[in-house]
Amino acid sequence: MARIGVFVCHCGHNIASTVNVEEVVEFAKRLPEVVVAEHNLYSCSEEGLTSIRKSIEGNKLDRVVVAACTPRTHEPLFRKTIELAGINKYLFEFVNIREHVSWIHTKEPQSATEKAKKLIAMGVAKAALLEPQKEGESNVIPSAVVIGGGIAGLTAAASLVAQNIHTHLIERDARLGGNLAEIGVVGPEFRQSKELLAELFRELKASPTMHLHLSSKVTEIKGFVGNFEVTIDNGGNTERIPAGTIIVATGAEEWTPKGEYGYGIVPAVITQMELEKRLTNGEKPRRVVFIQCVGSRQPGREYCSRICCNTSLKNALRLLDASPDATVSILHRDIMSSGTASEHMFKLASERGVRFMRYGLDKPAKVSRRENGTVVEVFDETLDENLDLDADLVVLATPMVAHSDSRDVGKLLKVPLDKFGFFLEAHVKLRPVEFATDGVFICGAARWPGSVGECASQGMAAAAKAAIPIRKGKVMIEAITAQSDPDKCAACGNCVIACPYEAIEIVESEGRRYAKVNEALCKGCGTCVAACPNDAMQQRGFTTRQLSAMIDALVKSAMEEV
Amino acid sequence: MTGFKPTILAFCCNWCSYAGADLAGVGRLQMPPNVHVIRVMCSASVKPEYVLKALSQGIDGVLVLGCHIGDCHYMTGNHRTAKRMPLVQRVLKETGIDDRRLKLDWVSAAEGEKFQKVITEFVQEVQGLGPNPLREVKF
Repeated sequence: MARIGVFVCHCGHNIASTVNVEEVVEFAKRLPEVVVAEHNLYSCSEEGLTSIRKSIEGNKLDRVVVAACTPRTHEPLFRKTIELAGINKYLFEFVNIREHVSWIHTKEPQSATEKAKKLIAMGVAKAALLEPQKEGESNVIPSAVVIGGGIAGLTAAASLVAQNIHTHLIERDARLGGNLAEIGVVGPEFRQSKELLAELFRELKASPTMHLHLSSKVTEIKGFVGNFEVTIDNGGNTERIPAGTIIVATGAEEWTPKGEYGYGIVPAVITQMELEKRLTNGEKPRRVVFIQCVGSRQPGREYCSRICCNTSLKNALRLLDASPDATVSILHRDIMSSGTASEHMFKLASERGVRFMRYGLDKPAKVSRRENGTVVEVFDETLDENLDLDADLVVLATPMVAHSDSRDVGKLLKVPLDKFGFFLEAHVKLRPVEFATDGVFICGAARWPGSVGECASQGMAAAAKAAIPIRKGKVMIEAITAQSDPDKCAACGNCVIACPYEAIEIVESEGRRYAKVNEALCKGCGTCVAACPNDAMQQRGFTTRQLSAMIDALVKSAMEEV
Repeated sequence: MTGFKPTILAFCCNWCSYAGADLAGVGRLQMPPNVHVIRVMCSASVKPEYVLKALSQGIDGVLVLGCHIGDCHYMTGNHRTAKRMPLVQRVLKETGIDDRRLKLDWVSAAEGEKFQKVITEFVQEVQGLGPNPLREVKF
């Protein structure tokens, strides 16, 4: 008989506000082979993990089931915890009652609680049949691929080559620098972006481990952490690049406000990027009106793009530097200039006479052409009155949006994106520059609009993470490989044909022929298991007995309910 | 069949459809609470026996969800699933079980909304079919 402990997580309110955790715990206590069932406010907190460890020791548990969030983020943490308490880390089963229950059935607490019970019954049934496993090792290709040559990708690449790691930087344009190359001056410290980029280029060019691929598009990505193969297309030439890890730094782009505020019709109406170019070219407009939040913080695109307020503040100050008597107005819904340096820019702009006017979403400003030039009509909420502002230029601060093809990149890498097309990290706090897929990392505006400084620090963080498997030289291979039972195997060869990795061969030993899995080649997909007509092939951690027990448990609890 | 709450089993592959289910959760996409997921590494590891076992014991519907064709984490794993599951459906039909009780579909890690749609529609479809008649035989 196994001695199973079940630990149900409240995840604060995330689970407990929908699922009746106490009821689920009482249910779990009555499941076969369960010795103890407890609940924790946050199982993954130090306190939660300590109480799990203590329970393992106090109740002499030999198997652990945690019902909490998704195994795709927290399984390693709990496995490590039970290992510390002396249990083989494969004697652990994760039941997802957050992503798969409480978050998707918020209005049906009773059904959600019943579903959580069933899933736990299934998890316990599998846990009872789990077996201890030993992990294998695999070598790591000592090179990294960075996709995207903007500030995030460049910084990541610079950090990697500084460690003598062979780094392939893939950029689809013919030049490096991304959005930064289009900007003249970077706030809040007003550095020339050219200088910033030149510094990075120098570092990269000086490195013998830097491999630059310009005008190249990623067409295919295969493999696993330590053993990726990235295929790129450079003007019809195909190249296959082996890599241990991959960093995604594909950036974002300025949204084009077609038709908004007369953009594309009134020549004086331009975007922030266009203003950057004009300022770099030495233009000195004297009457400028910025309109903030054009196309953001409204239904359909609810997010705040974070950088537009600071960009307008920076450019307002640049305009005043160029012509001290210029009239600059910023029409905003709220000025988001968090951080000491940015807040200082806001103060400076106010002191230097930039006019800040708050408008509401219900009364947007209007841009019109009159005889004497372009006029912006705005209802100032503070003054409670309509104002007409003469403008040589109207600058629309539009949000950064995901590239239209970011979903294609997501598909190549099999990583998730949010509804706006930005990439989703594995965990917003615990794993902010990693994807849930091992060996693939994310940084910069591809993840979320960020300042140059933020993108650079994310680039460094992603590089630090991506260097770990390469520096270690080996990655542990999850013990989920297949094994065949010579006593059951009829050497029919179905598995040999089914295996996508040619990891199985029919061998002969002591006058008997049977299938043998080469565990170094096996990736643990389990395709051979389903192909085997004799049930001789088994995948570790997913045996037919274990999965059948889960089905039985579901049948049992479903029938009890009827 | 008012009041009939089908019990449905879903096999989701670790890399695409399970991640898609997680994404649906992160997005708080609401769906009927009838579907119970078993995580497998690849949809190609789902033995026909599991489907037959579940349906013969009275489970009202089985979903097998994998990566889109061409996106399989194991290169060609889901090609086998794509061939295997229609065969299982044929077996079901031949034995007099409505083959609509087994559904195969593809959900990527980025398709939380598709996961929601597939779950919602399958639950509705199985609800329309009524309880699995084999429930009575088994119990």
